[in-house]
Amino acid sequence: MISLAVILPGVFSLVFFGLRPSIDFTGGTLWEIQVSSEKFSLASTAVRNVFEAKNLPAEVQTSESDRLLIKTTSIDAPQKQSLATALKNELGDFTEIRFETLGPRLGAELLRKAALAVILATLAILFYVAYRFKNFAFGATAILAMFHDTLVLFGVFSLLGYFAGVEVGTLFVTAVLTTLSFSVHDTIVVFDRIREIRRKADLDLEEAVDQAVGETLVRSLNNSLTIVFMLLALFAIGGETLRWFVLALLVGTISGTYSSTFNAAPLLVVWRKLSVKHGWRGILRFH
Amino acid sequence: MKLTPIRAFILIIFLAVLAAIPATGGFLWKGKGEIRLLNRSFPYDFTLRRGLDLQGGLQLVLEADMSDVSSADRPQALDSARAVVERRVDFLGVAEPTVQTSRLGESYRIIVELPGVTNPEEALALLGATAQLDFREGEKLVPTGLTGRDLARSTLEFDSTTGNPQIGLTFTTEGAQKFEEITARNVGKPLAIFLDEEILSAPTVQGRISGGNAVITGEFTLAEARRFVTQLNAGALPTPISVLERRQIGPTLGVQELQKSVVAGLIGLALVVLFMIGNYGRLGILATAALAIYGTLTMAVYKLVPVTLTLSGIAGFILSVGMAVDANVLVFERIKEERRWGKELKTAMELGFGRAWDSIRDANFATLATVSILFNPFNWSFLVTSGMVRGFALTLGLGVLLSLFTGVLVTRTLVRVFYR
Repeated sequence: MISLAVILPGVFSLVFFGLRPSIDFTGGTLWEIQVSSEKFSLASTAVRNVFEAKNLPAEVQTSESDRLLIKTTSIDAPQKQSLATALKNELGDFTEIRFETLGPRLGAELLRKAALAVILATLAILFYVAYRFKNFAFGATAILAMFHDTLVLFGVFSLLGYFAGVEVGTLFVTAVLTTLSFSVHDTIVVFDRIREIRRKADLDLEEAVDQAVGETLVRSLNNSLTIVFMLLALFAIGGETLRWFVLALLVGTISGTYSSTFNAAPLLVVWRKLSVKHGWRGILRFH
Repeated sequence: MKLTPIRAFILIIFLAVLAAIPATGGFLWKGKGEIRLLNRSFPYDFTLRRGLDLQGGLQLVLEADMSDVSSADRPQALDSARAVVERRVDFLGVAEPTVQTSRLGESYRIIVELPGVTNPEEALALLGATAQLDFREGEKLVPTGLTGRDLARSTLEFDSTTGNPQIGLTFTTEGAQKFEEITARNVGKPLAIFLDEEILSAPTVQGRISGGNAVITGEFTLAEARRFVTQLNAGALPTPISVLERRQIGPTLGVQELQKSVVAGLIGLALVVLFMIGNYGRLGILATAALAIYGTLTMAVYKLVPVTLTLSGIAGFILSVGMAVDANVLVFERIKEERRWGKELKTAMELGFGRAWDSIRDANFATLATVSILFNPFNWSFLVTSGMVRGFALTLGLGVLLSLFTGVLVTRTLVRVFYR
């Protein structure tokens, strides 16, 4: 139920608004400069005018009372030089904080690489869990719980993109992959307990799942809390560059803890019922 | 000799003290210098390597345009283009630059990292230019009109009698003609070869050379000859270079971000310690001690590998601190449980460590698998190659491995020795 409440708006937002890709995916330029404080109030307009005169689009954000973040299409060195000269005329001397420019081709490449990395990670985890627990159903449900977390993460960032202009780039891909592994981390703790309970007492899978969930709840929570503390501190007072990356990890960790207990384990029961009903037992063997 | 808990404890303390030497280098002491031993000097550097995003600098992904080069020659042309870029980077005088090549499908790339470069615009102009090879004659080094364009290729050859390495030159039809005229009027005189306005070599012309094939002999080592061939090919197989990606970070951004991250890390750490002690009492204190050992070992590994620390790498490290106590949480919860089931304290402790191990190992495998995909250890071009991503993966991965050691073995030893 809780996951539905989180996932539905997210999925809605994903379908209608999508994610906001950063220049890592689309190509383009990110230019952050620091201007003298006297010129700051006029700076945004001045920058827009300079870019407009060169027929370049410009999105300008301000931060920390003397910084401007300019976003535009991919530009080359001579273009940058002439823009810098024009900007100096308007704003006086400015300090360059960072300048990043990427051709559009790299974006498609990143997308391909990201997809491949996710597939590889999923397969590795699926087979490892299936092998360790000698049961395909454990692997498959762990993966399903993992996709739940990914969906939550995508949904949250779609909403953030729409309402707060948050963009997703290379680091978001990294956060997605890390979420995959964290999600499985807690799932395995629960699964391990299910296995142990069934080994000790001849319990029905459903009973074993119930008992395991009850017994590991505190542990999974405590387990994730330490990670959440570290991430919260980084999110609240860490630097600007990594803020959204850290938030993505935070969302992934929290969702991962939730889904291991409330999705993965119950899914195991559902899977078992389905497999009995449809006679999958031969392939997806249950002990 | 049996490894009793006390002995294991002494061993761990010894290891931690040993690790503390490189770990504190650059923080508590200078961390750099050399040791003189038996008349030989062993330089060491235990200061932390900061990545480009932390100290500022320029990162470029350059693409070499291979449209004029036959597909068989392309790998050679890429090597030559890289050699040219390396020469120019040397000219810039940047400390610890890296130049790598990568190939993705038909795209041939050179990835350049220049930490701390002061004039990025100048660097870019210098690196982006196509290599210029030409031959010059006379004392005043007058251009002969014979250029890299006339050279078809250069190959590494060996003298059939002495076996010494030598450099073979093959000219184009047009080039062969020019070369014949030039050699005819310069017999017994040097003919200088210039790359990017800098002299490579000035071999003496032995006689008029017709047919377009020439050999340069001399006292070359194999490495020298190979480098010479690569440089000549940079002129023979010219590849115009374009900038695919440029990331340039000013020197101030990284310093501020670093300070903020360190403060955030300390606050997070304090919360974790309070949480552990609040929840597990004396066991929590021991876990904190194990965490301190974890921190020391990790720092030592960073210095010894050495790991170049990026901003995302710091995030990976901070995250790994949260994960390092994970194993402790699993074990301590298990101990509590065994106690609840009526086991004696000592038995509960041993069972706790034993039984939690399975889940700890399995749970961490998933993280290690993902981390190795992200870190891309074999530098496969179909996987992510971004420095940001790899920096994160490296510190997180090292963190998981080390925390398996400190979270289980070290904590167990500490518990056996102090928790009775």
